[in-house]
Amino acid sequence: MKITREEVEHVARLARLKFGEEEVEMFTKQLNEILLYMEKLNELDTSEVPPTFHAMEKENAFRSDEVGSSLELKKVLDNAPEDNGESFVVPKIF
Amino acid sequence: MDYEVIIGLEVHAQLLTESKIFCTCSTTFGASPNTHTCPVCLGMPGVLPVLNKKVVEFALKLALATNCKIASFSQFARKNYFYPDLPKGYQISQYELPIAEHGWIEIEVNGERKKIGITRIHMEEDAGKLVHDELKPVSYVDFNRTGVPLLEIVSEPDIRSSDEAVAYLKNLRDIVRYLGICDGNMEEGSFRCDANISLRPVGQAEFGTRTELKNMNSFRHVQRALDYEIKRQKSLLLEGKEIVQETRLWDESSGKTLGMRGKEEANDYRYFPDPDLVPIRVDSDWIQKVRETLPELPDEKRARFLSEYHLPAYDAEVLTTSKDLADYFEECVKVYPQPKKVSNWIMAELMRELNRDNRDITECPVSPKNLGILLSMIDDGTISGKIAKTVFAEMYKTGKDPKSIVEEKGLVQVTDRGEISKVIDEVLSENPNQVKEYKEGKTKLLGFFVGQVMKKTRGKANPKLVNEILREKLG
Repeated sequence: MKITREEVEHVARLARLKFGEEEVEMFTKQLNEILLYMEKLNELDTSEVPPTFHAMEKENAFRSDEVGSSLELKKVLDNAPEDNGESFVVPKIF
Repeated sequence: MDYEVIIGLEVHAQLLTESKIFCTCSTTFGASPNTHTCPVCLGMPGVLPVLNKKVVEFALKLALATNCKIASFSQFARKNYFYPDLPKGYQISQYELPIAEHGWIEIEVNGERKKIGITRIHMEEDAGKLVHDELKPVSYVDFNRTGVPLLEIVSEPDIRSSDEAVAYLKNLRDIVRYLGICDGNMEEGSFRCDANISLRPVGQAEFGTRTELKNMNSFRHVQRALDYEIKRQKSLLLEGKEIVQETRLWDESSGKTLGMRGKEEANDYRYFPDPDLVPIRVDSDWIQKVRETLPELPDEKRARFLSEYHLPAYDAEVLTTSKDLADYFEECVKVYPQPKKVSNWIMAELMRELNRDNRDITECPVSPKNLGILLSMIDDGTISGKIAKTVFAEMYKTGKDPKSIVEEKGLVQVTDRGEISKVIDEVLSENPNQVKEYKEGKTKLLGFFVGQVMKKTRGKANPKLVNEILREKLG
């Protein structure tokens, strides 16, 4: 087992997710299966290969510093679970 | 036991670009909430961030100005954490391959110069703003600031006192202002500072446990927060207690740093390269081009003010805190080439007025040329130094030039010997007792006579002549 229950619980906490016992069990198993599959890649010797940061070989994709139009406020708030007409409303953190 | 203080600072400088770092939304401050947002900065699925080239140029400028080594190959990374001001669930930042590393700037504290190392400079996006409701258990999120470009400047743990920390911050603030890449306003949050601080027994090599201080919105806050934290850690250590590694917030009203509750989960950002953004390659041609745009920097200007104008160190320091102030001084010296006198007037009269009205030098109603003319008018005897202050006050109030003020108000200095003689005769005949006392040896009374003459001429008599003629007459 590569991934422990504790690790699954830790990552869940970081993502603000709550899981039941069975779910933690299931995710631990599934994540291990995925990692096992990725282990296959470790069979290759890549010690001489520099790390790849991007799938494409392109570099320096820039835009110039120009202001364009922003989204209409109504559309911005369309997907908000709750809003007050100008801001997103979320549960208080502190 | 004696302890050594170890401080490292992290500064976030908001960049003065027109548009955000990865989208074309405006960076203008003060717009109504969420009106400067779009699918990219709101973190909608399927969007593609594209890097604003000016952000890279600004980063290169700062890297050169702080003696950093610029990375030829640099990459953005995702810093993962969940907080309501971060719509994507990650902040686009740099991790393994920042744009610049291994620099330094110089500071001066109590006449001693010292280099403070800069670990790294990296580019990243700002988060949104949360406003907490006073009554209900909710917060309001404004994403206008999300995606505004920042440079994070991380110092080496080279700082040994709160004085050094403030000197470092002021120097860095001056540099970003000179470069024109950030307005450096701590109160408004465009120049923010977090501090890592720990203590260790003098002579010990390893660092002690550190705390991270946040929420310091002015140089004064930084100084007070660090001083408080030094005292707090010292007394814990002396009692044999342990320092808890934690983030503490500076509370200006109580003058204390307070531990943040409920942050038991250690930071675990799970950085990885951002696949949406291609790497940045900076070649020597690009660096050279940026180098050519660099202005004279604060340290260079300070040194030049010392050698070229022979100013005292203090004057050079004050006059070069902002490029605009330094320019003002130099414009004025062009008209009136006596640097120390110009410096005195700027630092005393001018700064007093500006500070009182909370005005910047760029908003000064007195042009540098007019200040120069005013000073020449003292030298050529048109007005006395005392009257000059009255004229200056009027110039500051109205923005008028000194010549017209002097004419309008009839303030031209009286230099006619006959006219002054006449007033002196009046004064002497009106004060026979004082004349007698003076002649009996109470020569201190000369000041009294000068005062009386000045009063009668409403300050316009040339003081040198008044003194001279009085002495003659009193024999």
